[in-house]
Amino acid sequence: MSALSAGDALAPQEYAVTRADLVRYAGASGDFNPIHWSDRVATSVALPGVIAHGMFTMALAARAVASWTDGAEVLELGCKFTNPVVVPDDDIGVVVRVAGTVKSVEDGRAAIALEVTCDGAKVLGMPKAVVRA
Amino acid sequence: MPVDAALVGKTFPPTRPYAVSEEKVREFATAAGTTYDGGPAPATFPIVLAFDAMNAFLAAEEIDLFRIVHGEQKFAYERPVVPGDVLTATLTVASLRQIGGNDIIGTASEVRDADGALVCSTTATLVHRAAA
Repeated sequence: MSALSAGDALAPQEYAVTRADLVRYAGASGDFNPIHWSDRVATSVALPGVIAHGMFTMALAARAVASWTDGAEVLELGCKFTNPVVVPDDDIGVVVRVAGTVKSVEDGRAAIALEVTCDGAKVLGMPKAVVRA
Repeated sequence: MPVDAALVGKTFPPTRPYAVSEEKVREFATAAGTTYDGGPAPATFPIVLAFDAMNAFLAAEEIDLFRIVHGEQKFAYERPVVPGDVLTATLTVASLRQIGGNDIIGTASEVRDADGALVCSTTATLVHRAAA
């Protein structure tokens, strides 16, 4: 992989998310919570509609990290789920954007601060990855 | 119905051993839009184990999954998951508080391999939304 240096801004990645992606992720992960596929259930618990699995958004963040680091071993990964990614029932979906900045590189560990947004709003709180550098 | 405060500190039994297959890892990688040609699983793959442990916890406590929204998730890895691993997850309820009628449940799960070696520690905050 190309060497990471503190202060590096990493090329933002954009990923389209549709209902079909949520269904596929549900099957792959085993998370069949109906708030991720049923508007009826989602609105019954006061959500605006079907929302993406937080872990799906986190998987997209990890995908960006892997693309920036050529698949470097991930040592830590974490975030808060601060705003839901609402995914409409159409063929267009929404776009999740993952940006990153290298915060530090020391002792063989590179810390990357992420910024994960959808329609300009941050959807993850303090998303961060630490990879082997 | 609030979650029972006496649960804090309780550790649930380990999940049934889960044999990680290359096909399952590929399915998981594909779901996040990436390809998989062998080697380490994607970083968030251990959620498959952690989610299994959470489901067992929710079932034991008769908590409806559809009332759960994910609040926070952290992973600390000892090593990547690879096909051939046989993994279990053991969940402990770490904290519990109520905010605005919602239960905020903190959980910690350890994912271990067939030798009992720690593969990944993960913590999750689950928001149990009150009935309307």
